[in-house]
Amino acid sequence: MNKLGLIIKREYLAKVRNKSFVIMTFLSPILMVGMIVLIAYLTKINDSEIRIIAVLNQSDYFSTDFATTESTAYINFKGISIEEARDSTLSSGFYGLLHIPDNSELERVAGNAFFYTKEAPSTAIVDKLEDIFQERLRQRKLIDLGVTAEEYAAIDNKFEIKTATFAGEQNLKGLNEIKAIIGGSFGYLIMMFIIIYGGFVMRSVIEEKTSRIIEVIISSVKPFQLMLGKIIGTSLAGITQFGIWIISASLLLLVVVYSFGVDPSGLSEAATLPSDTVAQMTATPAATDTMQLYAEELYKIPWLMLISFFVVYFLLGYLIYSSIYAAIGAAVDNETDTQQFIFPIILPLMLAIYVGFFSVFSNPHGPIAVGFSLFPLTSPIVMLMRLPGGIGEGGVPIWQLLTSIAVLIITFIGIVWLAAKIYRVGILMYGKKPTYRELFKWLKY
Amino acid sequence: MYKIQIPKILWGHFYIFAENACMNTILVAKEVTKKFGEHTALNKVSLEIPKNSIYGLLGPNGAGKTTLIRIINQITYPDNGQVFFDGELLQPHHIAMIGYLPEERGLYKSMKVGEQALYLAQLKGLSKVEAKKRLKYWFEKLEIGDWWNKKVQELSKGMAQKIQFIVTVLHQPKLLIFDEPFSGFDPINANIIKDEIINLKNDGASIIFSTHRMESVEELCEHIALLHNAEKILDGKLSDIKNQYKNNIYKVGLEVEGRERFIAELSDKFLVTEAVMDRMDQQIDFLVQLPSEDSREFLTYVSEKAKVHSFIETIPSANDIFIQTVQTKSTDE
Repeated sequence: MNKLGLIIKREYLAKVRNKSFVIMTFLSPILMVGMIVLIAYLTKINDSEIRIIAVLNQSDYFSTDFATTESTAYINFKGISIEEARDSTLSSGFYGLLHIPDNSELERVAGNAFFYTKEAPSTAIVDKLEDIFQERLRQRKLIDLGVTAEEYAAIDNKFEIKTATFAGEQNLKGLNEIKAIIGGSFGYLIMMFIIIYGGFVMRSVIEEKTSRIIEVIISSVKPFQLMLGKIIGTSLAGITQFGIWIISASLLLLVVVYSFGVDPSGLSEAATLPSDTVAQMTATPAATDTMQLYAEELYKIPWLMLISFFVVYFLLGYLIYSSIYAAIGAAVDNETDTQQFIFPIILPLMLAIYVGFFSVFSNPHGPIAVGFSLFPLTSPIVMLMRLPGGIGEGGVPIWQLLTSIAVLIITFIGIVWLAAKIYRVGILMYGKKPTYRELFKWLKY
Repeated sequence: MYKIQIPKILWGHFYIFAENACMNTILVAKEVTKKFGEHTALNKVSLEIPKNSIYGLLGPNGAGKTTLIRIINQITYPDNGQVFFDGELLQPHHIAMIGYLPEERGLYKSMKVGEQALYLAQLKGLSKVEAKKRLKYWFEKLEIGDWWNKKVQELSKGMAQKIQFIVTVLHQPKLLIFDEPFSGFDPINANIIKDEIINLKNDGASIIFSTHRMESVEELCEHIALLHNAEKILDGKLSDIKNQYKNNIYKVGLEVEGRERFIAELSDKFLVTEAVMDRMDQQIDFLVQLPSEDSREFLTYVSEKAKVHSFIETIPSANDIFIQTVQTKSTDE
């Protein structure tokens, strides 16, 4: 076995056999699934709570509007004063009291209505009440304008515009968001991987320094070989861990779904899709058709292309960042000294994620999205967020993709070269707290 | 301690192996210079390290020893000058023929002893089977066979040092470099290691030995080089250097009546220092520096007047030479 292979093997085994690594590997999926179950359970509890609202309606309007729903019940008070109503609301422990005063004019009635609660009311309840008033007021206005209730019902339908690219590809509403989320999760995965396993690489370098084995090793192998072996070995351990996480979490989730009847899909979709889409998908009978369309569209996303570029960007991005981590580990004597160097690394990663979520989602091919997907320290994340939209017409222009990868490769070579230089000098420096200036000097050694 | 007066020596002119240098040297450094930024770590250092001998690389802290050793191990590279290994310009493949025990040394704490020794041996190019065989042999030889499955963090410092020693010599390198090999050892184990180093030399290995412990230099080294402030200020065969440094000082013990008068008379003729008269009535011990190597005149003179018990030439120790040379060099600058 060649030396690089030996180093990779040792690094991998050292990582995988590490107790805390093993514990994390097997505990995390349990924690993750546990968290999902807990959230689902809490949501259920939250939903099942029924709020009772007392209504003191002294007007002639709204007599039928306050109908009890799943989560809200209305109790009508009749012929009592507002003070009495308030007292009995409080003594009965109702959620709140809605007072609708007597007046002949609907606008006045609505304008003077009050909703009293013990504490500040939940916005959901207030929204619900407001909707009822608003609907009534609108109907009233229309009647004033000579529109009959039937006519009003006839015009009350939602409209959705169909969208397509010039290439003739039809889009479903919300699909761009779904695509962005798919890209976003790839980008997020890269960021998490870099932060977790880059940190592992760094700590492993520091360990070699503090245990003073480093000079023994580099009298047998080149420092660069050691650094590379360390990065590869650690990432293989990381991939193993991620693999175990994904497989065991899915298995656990299946078990949980089947044995407890918790439906986590509603949760995750509710979190990711625009709410009206969810409503459409789950509530209306026509949803099955739409579902099928979405499934088809998801199927049509160029997965193979996406995954191949994920691998390319993942490898390059991870190698760039982890060699910086290795250089930091070499420069310091202990982990507490790493802070000043870590921050500038985390910064572009964070920037990439936030810019991705705020800018790329709304405008995947705008100038900011393009800029950040070309800049090498953010491109692995941002470009992946853009890519699900396809390549070429309607998607990421080919020149941008090629430029981005070329810049990334050049940066990769440059950074690894610089990091290797700092690493080579740093691993033999003991008892020095390096500054950026010092590191710059090392480059010339 | 007595003072030696040192004749001025032309430093660095001991070309002992000037003829057929290539045949008899394992390592030759020619004008090796290394700078770290503004700081010069090595300034035109030339060395010839003979085969099958123990070569002491000496010098105060920060003299450049470690830098030179790292250059030999190709951990760093010289800015100028060349290093030849066994007649060839130093190349990466020579690494497998060098065994290096650094001063700053350690082991992976959470790895098992055997596994770790195997790993390090394989990095030096041994096959797994061969490495295992040799490790078994060495573990038995140093009586640590039962450590194979222990974790390094369970070992004491001295125990860990033994493992490191074994790993250094396991691949039977032509050139061994020991930087402070005895640190961390108790006297018994230090002796075991010292014997092993001598065995290795007898088996044909060439050894560079860097240390501050001058008594082990005296004991082990046939040749030495002294580095100071990035420069080589002295090198050669230890016995030759000692001869260069001896200055006809003799330790004399004799018995004479009227000691004070005798010493006074003697002092007129010879340079007498440190006369000790606190023993028996007529006993004197003193040091005398003779004008030349010829001691007959002195002995004739003394033996006429006194009963000579002892007459011993004092040869400077490596320690004296070290301190003397470094101090002289420092005041010269």
